[in-house]
Amino acid sequence: MKSVKRGCYAKVSIRLLVEVLNMSISRRKFLGWIGAAGAGSAIGNTALAGGNKHFTGYPGSYAVLHDTLLCVGCRLCEAACNKVNELPAPDKPFTDLEVINKKRRTTAKTYTVVNKYESAGKKGPLFSKIQCNHCLEPACASACFVKAFKKTETGAVTYDSTVCVGCRYCMVACPFEIPAYEYDEPLTPRIMKCTMCYSRITKGQLPGCVEACPKEALTFGKRDDLLKISRARIRKYPDKYIDHVYGESEMGGTSWLYLSGVPFSEIGMREDLGVTPAPELTSGALAVVPMVVGLWPVLLTGIYAISKRKEKIAEQELNEAVQHATDEVKEKAEAKLAEALTKANKEKETAIEKAVKKALEEAAKSKAKEDS
Amino acid sequence: MSDKAVTADKTLFTPFNVIAGFIIIIGSVITILRFTGGLAAVTNLSDNNPWGLWIGFDLLVGVALAAGGFVTSSAVYLFGMKKYHSAVRPAILTGFLGYALVVFALHYDVGRPWRLPYPFIIQSGTTSLLFEVGACVALYLTVLFLEFTPAPLEWLGLKKVRALIVKMTLVLTIFGVVLSTLHQSSLGALFLIAPSKLHPLWYSPYLPVYFFVSSIIAGLSMVIFESTLSHHYFAEKMDETHLSENEGVTLGFAKAASFVLAGYFIIKIIGISFSDNWYLLGTSYGIWFLVEILGFVALPSFLYAVGVRDKNLKLIKWTSLLAVLGIILNRLNVSLIAFNWHLPSSERYFPHWMEIAISLFIVTIGIVVFRFIVTRMPIFYEHPDYKDNH
Repeated sequence: MKSVKRGCYAKVSIRLLVEVLNMSISRRKFLGWIGAAGAGSAIGNTALAGGNKHFTGYPGSYAVLHDTLLCVGCRLCEAACNKVNELPAPDKPFTDLEVINKKRRTTAKTYTVVNKYESAGKKGPLFSKIQCNHCLEPACASACFVKAFKKTETGAVTYDSTVCVGCRYCMVACPFEIPAYEYDEPLTPRIMKCTMCYSRITKGQLPGCVEACPKEALTFGKRDDLLKISRARIRKYPDKYIDHVYGESEMGGTSWLYLSGVPFSEIGMREDLGVTPAPELTSGALAVVPMVVGLWPVLLTGIYAISKRKEKIAEQELNEAVQHATDEVKEKAEAKLAEALTKANKEKETAIEKAVKKALEEAAKSKAKEDS
Repeated sequence: MSDKAVTADKTLFTPFNVIAGFIIIIGSVITILRFTGGLAAVTNLSDNNPWGLWIGFDLLVGVALAAGGFVTSSAVYLFGMKKYHSAVRPAILTGFLGYALVVFALHYDVGRPWRLPYPFIIQSGTTSLLFEVGACVALYLTVLFLEFTPAPLEWLGLKKVRALIVKMTLVLTIFGVVLSTLHQSSLGALFLIAPSKLHPLWYSPYLPVYFFVSSIIAGLSMVIFESTLSHHYFAEKMDETHLSENEGVTLGFAKAASFVLAGYFIIKIIGISFSDNWYLLGTSYGIWFLVEILGFVALPSFLYAVGVRDKNLKLIKWTSLLAVLGIILNRLNVSLIAFNWHLPSSERYFPHWMEIAISLFIVTIGIVVFRFIVTRMPIFYEHPDYKDNH
């Protein structure tokens, strides 16, 4: 029954998508509407995946498309973000457009900022909004040792400050340099970053920034839909757009997609991040751990046994050598003794013989004397 | 640094005590600032530079330099090099204090230090290399504590407990080597997740291997270096065996260090070839990289070898300092100097003086505790009641 429903939605959605591509209704409204239809209703997701293990996001998860060509740098998204997330008031009001002249990044007080860029090939300034890109396989979530970050099925990457230790490894890991930290909080600092307005989108509302954008530079919807829309725009205006959807595969793909008319590096986005999802960068090192745990004790006990045996053999050999040496000495001594004994005996015998002979001779002599 | 102050009839105001006391007072004041004003009050850390000196030096260097414990105990108890036995206790003590101070230092750096056990009792992020580091450091600290306990137990005269611990020596040693292999390498593997931030000459898939192998160098060199200092300051505490074995320990460890440094040099070169980074050697970072591997890896390897051949103890001792500095340089390169190399200089990190002061404070605490222990417990000598009883 569910699949029937899903198929039905898909059909309706496809027709509506065609309309969207024809720009007949507000893209934003439409996508908000299909977003509210629930997580099972994605287009194309029923035929998701092939045989590979590449994770392309939760089926039907949401994303936001930022068409930088449409952005005028009005900062209304920044103001809306500040409001819906109840962040502290900024130093300068959001209506102050001078702020935008200086390159900024996200901070503990601002989840999103719009930066201005000049490009040699284009007349007039270019604008690009930055915030958490909600990676499909987030570096922050992979790096966190208390699992404070979670890639939810909505597509949003959420953060749970009730378990966070404040080690800031997520900030080291994030390739987009997004998470910020409350450095001035002595005992309860949190990581601060865009949540894709998780609490709003689960209620069927649009993220604050998307809702506020007057130029439709931001579009909320299913990631798969947005990818199709992106490609359609590039196809329709090949001269206006660079033929690349930033975020489709960067760091394994993100739930925030970007279109641009100039190379992305010219609007402050790194093009050297590669397509490897962050967890893959450390999976090899982690895989070695159980091997070390399993093999090291065996190896080390072996080394211990060998050194012990060596010691034993050395001792044995030493004992044998000592034994041998003592035996030899003993033998020699005995031989010497025996020799000396025989010699002494011989001497004794000869002495006795001599003495006997002498006595006999003397006896014979005295007898002769008496006789004479 | 004179240990004459230990005798009660002398004044407390020896140069060592005055300097140490001064550093400890400053450190205590900064401690208050840290826990009332947050990291912003005492550090130059920023959103782009979340890790500074307290991770680069206190954690990475601290753990590497505390490797003497596992290196020495495995040499003596597993590889059967009994003639180095007198080096075990000082090395275990240094290791134990080193790790204890690393954990102590982390309390300053992390946001909510009382949550440090959370990864083990609340929710485990087992995909994180930091989880592995945390688990191994916590376990290894326990192992080192147990390995160290015979000394205080002899001091306290608890013979039965001591006998029990001594029986566990082999198991503890093996466990210690397993844990050290894991967390020494994992400290390097921490940076595997950030190829876009660490300069390619330092970023390598071999980072965990480099960190592990260089920790052996650090361990061997620290034993030599520390014994040099101890002989200078605590000679009167040493017994005949310790004094007579010392030359052998120095020569033996220097020989080992020379070989390991040579091997480390070779795998570093292999790393450049593997990543095909030769073209980067001509850049300014390349020259800095060459300074590290020629001046602080190849050179100490050579000098150790010459020192061993000529039995030149003085040369070996100075070389051990060079090798230790090399390890410090390497860890700071990976975590601070070559990290975030892509950022403009205005966004780069340089430690605040109070960060340096806290690092000094922690090292000072280590030295004070070390001195307290070696002047009281049987570290450099065998307890008369337990001679030939190990």
